[in-house]
Amino acid sequence: MKLKQLESLLGGLQQFSNPKVELEQYPTGPHIASGLLYTAENSFDDISNKVVADFGCGCGTLGAAAALLGAEQVIGIDIDSQSLEIASMNAEDLELEIDFIQCDISNLGWRGQIVDTVVMNPPFGTRKKGADMDFLFVALKVASQAVYSLHKTSTRDHVKRAALRDLNASSAEVLCELRFDVPQLYKFHKKKEVDIAVDLWRFVPKRSRGKDI
Amino acid sequence: MRLLTHNMLSSNIKGVTNGFPLRIEVEKVVEKQVEINHDFLMNIFPKIDWKAFFDASRVMGYVELPEEAPEPSVLESDLEFLRKFHHALLELHLEEGALVCPETGRKFPVNKGIPNMLLHEDEV
Repeated sequence: MKLKQLESLLGGLQQFSNPKVELEQYPTGPHIASGLLYTAENSFDDISNKVVADFGCGCGTLGAAAALLGAEQVIGIDIDSQSLEIASMNAEDLELEIDFIQCDISNLGWRGQIVDTVVMNPPFGTRKKGADMDFLFVALKVASQAVYSLHKTSTRDHVKRAALRDLNASSAEVLCELRFDVPQLYKFHKKKEVDIAVDLWRFVPKRSRGKDI
Repeated sequence: MRLLTHNMLSSNIKGVTNGFPLRIEVEKVVEKQVEINHDFLMNIFPKIDWKAFFDASRVMGYVELPEEAPEPSVLESDLEFLRKFHHALLELHLEEGALVCPETGRKFPVNKGIPNMLLHEDEV
């Protein structure tokens, strides 16, 4: 599938109807989502024929992109039932088989490292401090091959240090810097649109034998 | 929810030593065909907890799987087994029912194929 085609399909997906600010619900735009998955697949072979999990899947954009690029099994996990309903509909519209789980990521019970790749656009931690690192912590326990994640560029040094030193990553690489355009979603948003500098990271977890979380 | 996902999910209630596997209570199972991918199946096979998978498949109404996991080499020659493995792993969906914590008996409801694993305050 060509990048443009992927982007176009993702652009047709339904997004949050009533986004919840305390969960930092922002849609992952089709441009970023398609770019992220396209890179994961074409540069690193991390998507097709693999088991891919989308953490904090929201309306399922990243998971859908993974499925469209040939992931064999996609699992979307989110805490919010309304988002999961929308994600389910989106998967159905595109005729994709995606398993969804409603769960608080910090309480996820998971056996082993059967998941190959985790893709995620986690909350940045503006509402619940450290939320982004909570997500990364769990992702690096669950994934056996790679974790793709978006974090604010302003946190770059902190993310790298924490990932390598505390979170079991054997490598942490910024693939590129992006502008994440945040539309005027919430009442407290004064500007019509704001650009946030965001890093696309690729982390590789250390391999562990039979580790459960 | 398919059995591949079930084979990874466990209960994380406070105090539980081993929350895997979750017992399945079936109200509605749906079968949806997907294309078979031999390479994928051969890669995933050694990672599957066979006992949990076998037990789950039977609860879901599928009785064709062998109780003992065969040798991995079987997957390369036995197309019949491969098809059964594929069917149980990826084509059976638990639409309505529950997943039950093996130690506490706590039920996690499954609606429209989505298990609700949210914990209550006292379970965290």
